[in-house]
Formats: sequence, structure tokens, C-alpha cells
Amino acid sequence: MSESRKVYGLGAEFESAAALMAAAEKIRDTGFSHWDVHTPFPIHGMDKAMGLGKSKLSAFVFVGGFLGFLTGISLVSIPSLFIYPMIVHGKPYTWATLPAFFPIIFELTVLFSAFTAVGAMFAMNSLPRLHHPVFNWDRFKRFTDDGFLMVIEARDIKFSESRTKALLEEIGARNVTLIHD
Amino acid sequence: MAKSSVTLETPPELQRPALVDHERSIHWVTENVSNIVESTTPKWWFLTICITSPIALMGLICIIYQISNGVGVWGENHPNGWAWDITNFVFWIGIGHAGTLISAVLFLTRQKWRTSINRAAEAMTLFAVVCAGIFPAIHVGRVWYAWFLAPIPNTNAIWPNFRSPLLWDVFAVSTYFSVSVLFWFVGLIPDLATLRDRAKSRLPQIIYGILALGWRGGNRQWRHYEMAYLLLAGLSTPLVLSVHSIVSFDFATSIMPGWHTTIFPPYFVAGAIFGGFAMVLTIMLPASRLFPQINDMITRNHVDKMAKIILLTGSIVGYAYLMELFVAWYGANKFESFTFFTARANFDGKGWYQWSYWIMMFCNVISPQIFWFKKMRTNYIVVFIVCQFVNVGMWFERFTIIVTSLAQDFLPSSWGRYSPSTTEILTFVGTFGIFLTLFLLFMRFLPMIAISEVKGVTPEADPHHHPKH
Repeated sequence: MSESRKVYGLGAEFESAAALMAAAEKIRDTGFSHWDVHTPFPIHGMDKAMGLGKSKLSAFVFVGGFLGFLTGISLVSIPSLFIYPMIVHGKPYTWATLPAFFPIIFELTVLFSAFTAVGAMFAMNSLPRLHHPVFNWDRFKRFTDDGFLMVIEARDIKFSESRTKALLEEIGARNVTLIHD
Repeated sequence: MAKSSVTLETPPELQRPALVDHERSIHWVTENVSNIVESTTPKWWFLTICITSPIALMGLICIIYQISNGVGVWGENHPNGWAWDITNFVFWIGIGHAGTLISAVLFLTRQKWRTSINRAAEAMTLFAVVCAGIFPAIHVGRVWYAWFLAPIPNTNAIWPNFRSPLLWDVFAVSTYFSVSVLFWFVGLIPDLATLRDRAKSRLPQIIYGILALGWRGGNRQWRHYEMAYLLLAGLSTPLVLSVHSIVSFDFATSIMPGWHTTIFPPYFVAGAIFGGFAMVLTIMLPASRLFPQINDMITRNHVDKMAKIILLTGSIVGYAYLMELFVAWYGANKFESFTFFTARANFDGKGWYQWSYWIMMFCNVISPQIFWFKKMRTNYIVVFIVCQFVNVGMWFERFTIIVTSLAQDFLPSSWGRYSPSTTEILTFVGTFGIFLTLFLLFMRFLPMIAISEVKGVTPEADPHHHPKH
């Protein structure tokens, strides 16, 4: 670790999910904004402990699903009603046969919504991003096993190498380490 | 640290059994699931794949033979235009449904026990849908014209018939496969990150590293991730119900006696879940024997619950069978009652396929009734045997529906018996090879238990949990 490299932030380890949650509440109350906890699984109630609201993902999925719905309607109705009207089983080719169009409209709605859900999740989480400064912390790998980690970024206004470190240690963190870019 | 001064204790009789036995730690879960992928390949794995991959290859050869010679190499002929091909299609697609049910419906209903079986069940879904997709694709005869099904403007200015259940099937099955792949992959991301971080050598580091997409497990990621997972579960639930309903429309919208009924969609969906759970157990019970460490995650409690679902859905299917008989009688339609009482149940000795009907009745309705007893539900050998009955029974259900209706329909002059050709039989056997080979590869290279999800249901994961000192 050369000292000339820019500091990304401070990494800290906590003993358990409960300890991490208590610490997150304190960090939230101190007023930090650029920080995150890294855990092996999502911890129930952590969004509130970090002061985060509900994910906006569902709004995107609604738009995606609606587009799928419109695509489905156009796909079945334009050919069947206008371009290539076809009499099947002696039934008319008008809107009166709408129920027979439902399955395809429904399937396309689901298909578009699902792709939007995954695509929007990737975009909001900036995935794929194979490199990230947090990976420079040698203990970071523990988050995929049984580590409960917290990283406070240096770009936060309230960040100060010494004082933030002291704060983290005070709220029960272990192995508080500087992470470089 | 507790915020409230009053602590509510759950009375012992209401406490649920722990989902992971022996109070294993979070680290233990990581270690023992990753171990399956990381340890040296066991001998039995090589041995099994040496058997399943030639069978898969044989299936592929049969498919190539069928494509190059035409559907005439099968036993299908007038009036049995559909027989084993569609039986196998419905059989495999039905098996796929349990995976989505476990991953989506049980997720929405907050059945936490699903966590240890959902990964393998979802993988099973994908591989079953791969096997299912083969049959409708090749049964059209000239597969190179399969693109006619796609709604694209072509030089003939011909469009597909959007009101045909066969086209609905194309959309339903392809949507189902795509959404299942997405759901499975999204679930895999945190576990791929675990394998990435544990990998010792360069190649796994690179491969798992790329597949994990740089997952960092930050709560700012988890909250979008959880929302995406919830929405995918919410989308998959109506999807899975729609897929088998649409498969049943292939029959129900026709005018064949025995097919033309409104009971088909719910009855097919229940049957699909029934057959799918049997296949999940068929695979998971041997797996839990071969990897003893997973027995603390896939416990007797899990097997017990799955057996209960088999009992429930089996009884729904049994109810549907009886209701079909009742309606055939009560509806007073001669052809309908002929199909049920003569062609299928053979009460007057003129039916041809009564054996398939009674095999179906025994395997699907009678055999699961043993699961009323808890002793039987937790006995792995009994459960395994009943699941084999269910697998056989569900195949015969589709065979009965398709062949008895077609072989003996309206006019006796247009009746015709059906028997499968060797190519047809070997193609079906081959799909088992394809299914098992894919599953073995999955077991070897990907975590077969959702590591992060199992960790999430351990007591340690509860933010209010404080270890007793």
C-alpha cells in the first residue's frame, strides 16, 4: 500500500448482523451519506437502519411491463385485424375475439417486465463492474462468507481519517483499515 | 441493546423447527456448499456422467435421424397425430413447474424452508424445459420452417394465427424459459461471488469473477436486488400458472372427446406441480446421500413438507380425474362418456388403453395417499419409491389423455391403434440422458444450494439475535 495512492475510504468489521445493524443506526444518526454495509445476505431492517427508502425499481418494471403490454396488443391486433385477417373456426376477426389474444399479450407483458427488472437492477447497482476500490481491502472477501463489513467513503463531507476511525472503533468495529483507490 | 423492555417469547409448542440442523454457523454453510464445487471430482460423478452422456448422445442421434428422415420414423400416424412426442413435451414441461413454484410461489408466501432446495429445483426447471422444447420443435417435421411461428413479416405476407393455442404455446414456453433463466441467474449472483472470493487458482477466479459481475453485497445493492427478486417472483407466479394452462389449451380448445373440458387448466397446473415435486425429490434424495454435508440443510423437515405438497396436489389431480368421470356421465354426451368409460376406464371391455388409465390412477391417486402418515413422509426410501410412481403416473396421465382420445374418437371406421417406434422410445430415453447430464454438470460447477439465502434463514442472520454466552 503506497501512501501516495488516493484514499477511498475506511473499512470496518463487525461481529454479527446485530452489531452491524446497531452500528449502521449510529452512522446514520451521525449524518454520513456515502457509506455502505457489505453482508453475506440482505439483513432484514437494514434499509431503515441506514435511512434508505424503498427501492425505486418497481417504477421501471411498471414502465417495462406496460411497454410489453402495448407490444403484445400491437403484435396480435395489427396482423390479425388489419394486415392479414384470417377466419379461424368460422369466428370473426374483430375485437370481439379479444379473449383469444390475451395469452400472447400476457406473456409479452411478463417477458418485458422480467427483463426490465433485471436490467434496471443491474443499472441501479452498476453491475457488471468487475473492479471496485473496495476489493483492494484484503479483508473485504469475508463479506461473501461470514463477514459483516462497513465501508465509509472518503468523499463524504464528514469523513476524516482519524476521527471516523475513532468513531468506528467506539461503536464496536474491529480491523478498521484504510482502503486505497 | 434490546429496544423494548418487554420480550415476547414464543411458547415451545409454537416454535418452528430450525431450518438448518445442528445450529450450524454461517461460515459452516459457506464451507460446506462451496466444498461440493471445490473438492476433487468424486468417482461416482465420473461414473454417472459416463452413463448419462452416451444416453444423451443417443437422444441427439435419434433427433438428427428424425429430422433427416421426417416424422415417419415415429409411430405417429392417422388418427394418432400426437402421441409420445406431445406426451413427452407435457411431461417435461410439467416437471419444470415445481422449480418455479418453489422459487416464486413459496417465496411470495414466505415459506423460508424453500431456500435450501430452490437452486437445484430451478436448475431442474431449466433442464426440463430444454428437454420439453425438443419435442414440439421436432414434431413439426420440417424444423427448418419453424421460423414460420415467429411473427415477422415475410415474403409470403403470411402471419401466424394469433388465436391458436399452439402459437400461445410458443410464446408461453419461450417466455417461461427466459424468465426462469433470469430468475436463476439473479439468485446465483451472490453465490458466484462467494465462489469467486474462495477460488484459489486463476481460471476459476476469472470465470466466477466474470459471472459474479463484481457483486459487492452492499446494502445499497441488496435493496435493489431484493426488490428485483421479489418482482421476478411476483411475475413468475402468474407466469407458471399461465404456462401449463396454455399447454392444457392445446387440448381444451379442440373438440376431441376427453379434451374439450374447462377443468383442464387447473387440473394440468396441479398435475405439473405434483410431477415436478416428485422429480425434485427424485434428484435431491440421492444428492443428499452423495453429499452428506447437505443433510443439515435439506432436512427431514423439508422432505416432509414436499411430501405433503405431493399429497395435496395428488389429491387435487385425483379429484379432477373423478370429476371428469362424473361430468362424462352427467353431461350425457355419448362421445364423452365413450372416451371415459370405454376408451379409458374400459368398463365394457371395448377399450384399448385401459392399462395406461389404471396405471395413471394407481400411481397418481392411490400411491401418494401413503403420505398421510408422517412416518412415511420422513422415510427417504418410501418417499423415493412413491416419487418414482408419481413420475411414471404423470407420464401415463399425458399418454392416456392424448392417445385414448385420438385412437378411439367419433367414428369406429376412423379408429386406429398406436404403438411407438424404436426411434421414438430412444428419443424419450435420450432426454433423460440430456436432463441428468446437465444436472450433473450443474452440481459440479455451480453451488447447488443457495448459500446466501440459507444464511439468511439461520438464527444468526436475525438482526435481533444475540448469541447466548
